[in-house]
Amino acid sequence: MNAFASPFSTEPTEAPRPSRGRGSSMREWRLLDRAIYLAAWAAGLGLCLVTGAIVVYMGVRGIQYLRPELLVTRPRIAEDGAVSGGFLDPLIGTAVLTAIGVAIALPVGVCSAVWIVEYGRPSWLARMVESSIEIVAGTPDIVIAIFGLAIFELSFMGPLSSTSETGVVLGRSFIAAGTMMSMIALPPLYAATRDGLQAVPAHMREAAFALGKTRIATIRRVLLPSVRTNIATGTTLGISRIIGDTAIVLILLAASLRNEPAGSIPILSFLRGTGSTLTTYVYDNSPAGEGKSPNNAYAAAFVLLLFILLLNWVVGRISSAHARNSGFDAGRGL
Amino acid sequence: MDLPQVGNPPTSNRPIRLLVRLRQPWSDHRAELTLGAVSLLAGLAIAGMVVFVAVHAWPTFQHNGLSWLGSGGNLDSQLQRMTETSVHPPASAYHVRAWPVIYGTVLTTTFALVIALPLALLSSIFIVEFAPVWLRGAMIPVVRLLASVPSVIYGLIGILVLVPFVGNHLITIPEKTSVQNTVELTGGSLLVVSVILAVMITPIMVALISAALAGVPASWREGAMALGVHRLRATLAVSLKAIRPAIVAATALACARALGEVIVVSMVAGDVSFAPSFAHGPLIFLFEPLRTLGSAIVDNREAFFGGAPALSATLYAFALLLLLSAIALSLGAYLIKLPLRKYQLR
Repeated sequence: MNAFASPFSTEPTEAPRPSRGRGSSMREWRLLDRAIYLAAWAAGLGLCLVTGAIVVYMGVRGIQYLRPELLVTRPRIAEDGAVSGGFLDPLIGTAVLTAIGVAIALPVGVCSAVWIVEYGRPSWLARMVESSIEIVAGTPDIVIAIFGLAIFELSFMGPLSSTSETGVVLGRSFIAAGTMMSMIALPPLYAATRDGLQAVPAHMREAAFALGKTRIATIRRVLLPSVRTNIATGTTLGISRIIGDTAIVLILLAASLRNEPAGSIPILSFLRGTGSTLTTYVYDNSPAGEGKSPNNAYAAAFVLLLFILLLNWVVGRISSAHARNSGFDAGRGL
Repeated sequence: MDLPQVGNPPTSNRPIRLLVRLRQPWSDHRAELTLGAVSLLAGLAIAGMVVFVAVHAWPTFQHNGLSWLGSGGNLDSQLQRMTETSVHPPASAYHVRAWPVIYGTVLTTTFALVIALPLALLSSIFIVEFAPVWLRGAMIPVVRLLASVPSVIYGLIGILVLVPFVGNHLITIPEKTSVQNTVELTGGSLLVVSVILAVMITPIMVALISAALAGVPASWREGAMALGVHRLRATLAVSLKAIRPAIVAATALACARALGEVIVVSMVAGDVSFAPSFAHGPLIFLFEPLRTLGSAIVDNREAFFGGAPALSATLYAFALLLLLSAIALSLGAYLIKLPLRKYQLR
């Protein structure tokens, strides 16, 4: 939101609190109003309690079941059919998928945001792009997953995934899953970059234009550097969306027990092969899957939650440091 | 800073020369076209998604007609029969009546929204208006964390804690025996699904609503207070009214999220495509298992691994339904929010 376009640019948090006059004492409120006030407190504290309960519960279970060797051993099937061993392969799978997803979503998201804010002509096209990113944000991940399957199953996509003995393209690989992951990381990246660009004061652009810079040079040398923190925030949000996603991995990565390369070329064979991530490891080892070893599921879920907590902390740090260091506040609210 | 490079490119190598050319300052025109082309990718993806999913789903609509949406027969056994057909299934193999999962999706989404909307409104008001500064500082990361907890963790807690609790303590033996001929009550139920979905969508709504609430100019509320109402009344009468479009939009987005949430539902809803019946009594209705469009896709995902074209067409049809409703909801939310920009309220 460009603060200069509106006469109402006062941040509400900075607005002076009204003085305690008549009617500000709760005792004079109507009963219904008092009930609503209490309910608002209860709802706010309830949210905190639920979050706290989830974190504490997962923490207790995690400390109970997480052993360091779980992180460095590969999963295997024990004699009784249950999954044992650790979750090294899912950890690697999560990392690889995140890398592919961000590598695609970052340029697309930033370019879209720059185009919308800085060019955005013709306006009907800009509206279309904007609304289509909103639609991508609202699309269920399971639909994205099977759309990816429909694409990567096409025979000319064969080199990007593995092929069965009968020559049918399976359409399931790290490349396929990572590409579709970029679709769920795109909306937060786009939104963060767009909000940042919109918060850059107009005089920064005008100063650059006055020096004879072209639009694109202004974008590269002035605007993008000043929204770096927003891009970082968006990327972090995108990463936490990717590592938390299950449906795409279940369908497009086959959620195999171990990462299974396809082919013989060192890195490409890994990317063409199937594998699993922490989320599918949890899913498969919970009573909902076949693994039936909930202890390992708890341990992996704890690690997953630690990642999410870390990413949230990073987002908090970035935005608070940004608010301190820069004159303009990029985006407000949550 | 931005001077064009002087002199010859370092080598005559073709790709390197191209790189050097790309490093030169771009003309505005070229930059605009390139960036615009990249921006179109999202739109292309959506269009491609609708086309691909619709094409894959077509056979099942072709063979069932509109009665595809109707009820009749046991959905689980219909889907099971599809896995037994050959690679070229006869028309009869496509027989399916999808009502139980459509009904299940509508039920879970509605219940989750009914729980989440008042909760989200109240906590947004709390965060913006009443929370002490220290608590407000704590609430923002809390809401952000709650929104980013992966669904599989909610599912894990649901299936290992809530489902056994409901199954062992909330459902009484007489309740179990009263419906034992139609369905088994294990604890995986409409109730658990709705509660977990509500917890998952509340933070999304809180984020959107409280951002809009914080954007309401303080002077509007102060005007109301100058006329003699207290803070809560001013918030309810002025701020909430001003951000009504944002509330509707937040609800629509949360609804899209609840529709599309598959992992939690697949884990905690009980493993039956049952349509909960209110005739069994309101409490038992809440305790009955169900399946949604999305969780039916996840639970039958083996169909995509080859050999059951009829089943995979049916699952694509489920996905098409999900996709179209999600598109309608997102577009609706986008259009509703447009007038708010005029007032800088998001």
